[in-house]
Amino acid sequence: MLAFILRRALQSIGVMIAVGIIAFTMFRFAGDPVNQMVAIDTTPAQRAEVRASLGLDDPVPVQFARYFINAVQFKFGVSYQFRQPVSALLKERMPATLELATCATVIAMVFGILMGIYSALRKDSFFAKVLQAVSLIGISLPTFLIGILLIYLFAVTLGWLPSFGRGDVVKFGWWTTGLLTISGLKALIMPSVTLGLFQMTLIMRLVRAEMLEVLRTDYIRFARARGLTTRAIHFGHALKNTLVPVITVAGLQFGSVIAFAIITETVFQWPGMGLLFVQAVQNVDIPIMAAYLLVVSLIFVTINLIVDILYTVVDPRLRATINRPA
Amino acid sequence: MTDAPIPRTPSLLARAIDSDIFYSFRRSKLTMVAAAIVFVLLMMALFAPVLVVQNPFDPAQLELINSRISPLWTAEGQRPFLLGTDEQGRDIYSAILYGMRISLVVGVLGVSFAAVLGIGLGLIAGYVGGAVDSLIMRIADVQLTFPAILIALLIDGVVKSALGNHLDASTTLIVLVVAIGLSFWVQYARTVRGSVMVEKNKDYVAAAQLIGLPARVIMIRHVLPNTMGPILVIATINLALAIITEATLSFLGSGMPDTMPSLGTLIRIGNNYLFSGEWWVIAFPGLALASLILSINLLGDWLRDALNPKLQ
Repeated sequence: MLAFILRRALQSIGVMIAVGIIAFTMFRFAGDPVNQMVAIDTTPAQRAEVRASLGLDDPVPVQFARYFINAVQFKFGVSYQFRQPVSALLKERMPATLELATCATVIAMVFGILMGIYSALRKDSFFAKVLQAVSLIGISLPTFLIGILLIYLFAVTLGWLPSFGRGDVVKFGWWTTGLLTISGLKALIMPSVTLGLFQMTLIMRLVRAEMLEVLRTDYIRFARARGLTTRAIHFGHALKNTLVPVITVAGLQFGSVIAFAIITETVFQWPGMGLLFVQAVQNVDIPIMAAYLLVVSLIFVTINLIVDILYTVVDPRLRATINRPA
Repeated sequence: MTDAPIPRTPSLLARAIDSDIFYSFRRSKLTMVAAAIVFVLLMMALFAPVLVVQNPFDPAQLELINSRISPLWTAEGQRPFLLGTDEQGRDIYSAILYGMRISLVVGVLGVSFAAVLGIGLGLIAGYVGGAVDSLIMRIADVQLTFPAILIALLIDGVVKSALGNHLDASTTLIVLVVAIGLSFWVQYARTVRGSVMVEKNKDYVAAAQLIGLPARVIMIRHVLPNTMGPILVIATINLALAIITEATLSFLGSGMPDTMPSLGTLIRIGNNYLFSGEWWVIAFPGLALASLILSINLLGDWLRDALNPKLQ
């Protein structure tokens, strides 16, 4: 068990080093950092001075080591467009993205699981077929179209919800939250629904498929033979076994929710990391792009690691295969 | 008994009509509708220059007096602008046909690039094995952790910073194709590698090796055709994904420029007029994009089931 955790942790560190090399290569070689920082009328001597002060004359491995040591301490250099440290910008934007992604995941799980159970138990009902059709449309429509549609309906036509921004936020140290004000909650509804929709259809289809499979197994038949109530069988026995893979998928998907937040944040002008990243791509602000890549990769890799370890803790069958000598 | 007709080899068309796949195609009404929609949209995109009322990319043909006209069936509608016009007097219907062209070109080229790259790497990984295999598959594993849209955005951003921020439209198109290709190759590589691992132990490969065919010929002429079924399914589903990715990139402002808009660019432009009540500028490109993607997805789903021997 410990060996497995160690091996997985080493793998994760390997991935992070690979991503670090990519981020450094982008940072150093895509465009000239000095040209981005100085004015047009800067003399060559001044340019050389800037170059030396940034350490760009050192050998590449030395520069990489320096970048790496800085990155581990979350120092990612200075943004070309904002002239501020990238880490400060990311820190300022991170609460918005994490709050949005968490809300989206919660919405996706609650509604996805409920709809999945319904369409498995009443699989021939009209409403279940409607749900299946809607889920296909949900997968086919690009996120930004769904967001625009919601804005047109609830902000332009009905005027119920704000179309952009986070509303009023409350500060806790460096963390800001919109969950404690009415306007913040109202602003959160449409973006998190938009972001969660794809995950919701995914979870719904997964729960439906798993549930249908579990309902066919012998122990469910045995439970029926024992004369248990349908409710006890469905929710006490079947659902429990359905939820393990669902929680895994939802956990693993949290990383891609953060990445897909790029699109949702742009549609709703949500002041998170994704919007910062899109603006950085448009303005070729390489330090922000490289830092975003590193931070998001770190979140991905950490989640994958935790889910993998939790999975072996939860499911004894997996533990057996891991402990068996290969 | 003597009159029994000699069975003739049926023509290719007759064989196609008689095949299992065509049978399952005719049995599914939804698939036939989807195929019809894809076909019509494809033809409209292909023959766009003949079907439009103006060339939306030619500034000389745009008249400002024709700007902001609502669709034909509304009170302020005007001929010949069926779906209305935007602020520059661009006919929405014409812009959609040309935009669909760009979306389809980027989608098809992107998927082809991804397929060639993925199939090539998958063949090499599966056939050669060893360290090469591990290297390619580890890269694939790492890339699979990240969503394609993030990778495409990064590649797009890096290429732009390397080539300068202001690219002309056709260079942007190539950048998009490369970004999409590099984001979607993993699935092909994994599938092909799996099939190759199975196929390469079969007798026909051993026979080919015995008569001294070079590995390249065995891989491409003999092993590859046996892996084509799943590849076709992935390519169809990926086409929808590639079109979504292109539209998303264009919507985010790092895709096709306003001078040569794809459907995604048209939606981004239309988004600016959402609050001024000119809903048609965004609604029709959105509708075109949605129906294109939905129909391709339906075709892909059907193809997956039709080619899956377990379901028959």
